[in-house]
Amino acid sequence: MKIIVCIKQVPDAKDVRLDPKTNTLAREGVQSIMNPYDQHAVEEAVRLKELLGGEVTVLSMGPPQAEKVLRQAISCGADHAVLVSDRAFAGADTWATSYTLAKAVNVIGAFDLLLCGKQAIDGDTAQVGPGLAMRLQIPYVTCVQKVRKATDTGLVLERMMDDGYDVLALDYPALLTVVKDINEPRVPSLKGKMRAKKVEIRKLTAADIGADPACIGLPGSPTQVVKVFPPEARCKRAVFTGSLDDQIGQLVDSLQSYL
Amino acid sequence: MDYFLSEEQEMIVEIARQITDERIIPQRAELDEKDEFPRAILGEMARADLFGVPIPEEFGGFGGGCLDIVLALEQLGRGCIGVGTAFAASSLGIYPILIAGSQEMREKYLPDVASGKKFAAFGLTEANAGSDASGIQTTAVLDGEEWVLNGTKQWITNGGEAQIYSVVAITDRSKGARGASMLVVEEGDPGFSCGPKEKKMGIRASSTTELIFKDCRIPQDRLIGRKGTGFITVMKTLDSSRPGIAALGLGLAQGALDEAASYAKQRVQFGKPIMAFQAVQHMLADMAIQLEAARALVYGAARHIDAHPNNMSKVSSMCKVFATDMAMKVATDAVQVMGGYGYMREYPVEKMMRDAKILQIYEGTNQIQRNVVGQELNKEYTRA
Repeated sequence: MKIIVCIKQVPDAKDVRLDPKTNTLAREGVQSIMNPYDQHAVEEAVRLKELLGGEVTVLSMGPPQAEKVLRQAISCGADHAVLVSDRAFAGADTWATSYTLAKAVNVIGAFDLLLCGKQAIDGDTAQVGPGLAMRLQIPYVTCVQKVRKATDTGLVLERMMDDGYDVLALDYPALLTVVKDINEPRVPSLKGKMRAKKVEIRKLTAADIGADPACIGLPGSPTQVVKVFPPEARCKRAVFTGSLDDQIGQLVDSLQSYL
Repeated sequence: MDYFLSEEQEMIVEIARQITDERIIPQRAELDEKDEFPRAILGEMARADLFGVPIPEEFGGFGGGCLDIVLALEQLGRGCIGVGTAFAASSLGIYPILIAGSQEMREKYLPDVASGKKFAAFGLTEANAGSDASGIQTTAVLDGEEWVLNGTKQWITNGGEAQIYSVVAITDRSKGARGASMLVVEEGDPGFSCGPKEKKMGIRASSTTELIFKDCRIPQDRLIGRKGTGFITVMKTLDSSRPGIAALGLGLAQGALDEAASYAKQRVQFGKPIMAFQAVQHMLADMAIQLEAARALVYGAARHIDAHPNNMSKVSSMCKVFATDMAMKVATDAVQVMGGYGYMREYPVEKMMRDAKILQIYEGTNQIQRNVVGQELNKEYTRA
């Protein structure tokens, strides 16, 4: 069983600030973490490995410091780590990112299963997982909340829906994106941390993956951010207190003031 | 303060801290309320390799020393010393095997404890033998190729939860202290059972029971070390384990100080946060000073023990007394700083104060520790 997990380094949501000039996320001096959904994807991959044998490779596209989240994944049980890093990737949208990751997956080689978090908490698009599956021409299931059954040939899954869940079966190769309900990520082990410190991270550039310069980074990104602005506050809110009768009275008074 | 820990030691701290913050702290009140043994949390610790810290690498452990285990226990203690005690007692249970067991015995028992697959426990105390271990009544008599045990151990941590028990029994009453031996009893051995869980003031997540031996028959090779060396093994075991109890005290006090200080920043009286009042500031300052002094002593003692394993009794007892008396004082003061809120079960310092008391009692009372220090001084000044 060969599993590849795509992970992303993101700014810690506990520490988010906007650059007042550009209205974009201020990344300077902000703590970086592994995208929380991706932590669940790594955990699920390690559990499947423990169940079925095989190995888990974690893959990230990002600046050199993204090595940190790859090492974290190793400390939690992943076996190999690949960092796709090149200045030419800068400014990539989800279209260019899924192209780049697909190229990198082809270099890593044969796999049975690709796992991604549902979305990254910085961009929140949830597009890269499905995009990657389409580029690789493999089936995919998004928002997986549970792996019901796993064998050497395929999986039975639950896909989270607004009104319950779907039960789906699929064969490898396939791609899944996972939600947080799927598992509780483990605390890294001591042996894992020691291995993570020493492990060699395979580094791939745009040339190494044979990427077409027109398809990566800003030139490869059809999405152009024209303007970023904080949404306006919706409207005035009021909280009524007191007994239920008092609250109803206050509500009626308040509504009447609008008539 | 920077204690210049090694990279590996920092890793142990990080892992134990994460388990404490993410698993222990959210569950501690419920475990306490329900007297519930923390199996899931201990499972997480096992998966993170923490049970392997004190066990040599050749038996699947990490080969860590006293300071390594102290660092792990300090973090766990910050969350809940009930959980910390369950963890520490498993190490305590295998120290006799580590210290005096044969190679075969170590190979048989240590890997499963290192991986957390099995828990261990240590059985010394009896109804009439606490501080005075010479009052032990439990006997082990060789009958053919089997030992036959009779007697009852009292207040044994991890009783009913452990699979491996290191037990002290008298093998030759005529020889006094040289007539005691240590043996391994396994869960399921014929004639061995555990009593009901005791109801305790604190550390309620940990399990405490009697161990009952009624013509309990075990194979001859369960003897740890040579016959008659039981008391020496017990003393060496407790010398090795006491800094771990001191570390639980450091963690508990740190947790209490954290709660009290953040409360004092938020609680407004007379128009100011109470942190602004010197009466409160001085209490918090004294708590922090005592805690840091204790930490320096415990880490120093642990480093001494790692460097001089044959000369550890005095420093081991010193750090246990100082850090656990400190923990009781700091926990009590944390409740005082938080006033009525501190006394309520909704806030964690009430539990910390109840929990802290046991640190001054178990693993040798603090009075017995002072005896040890006093006797060592007596020896030193006789030589001089």
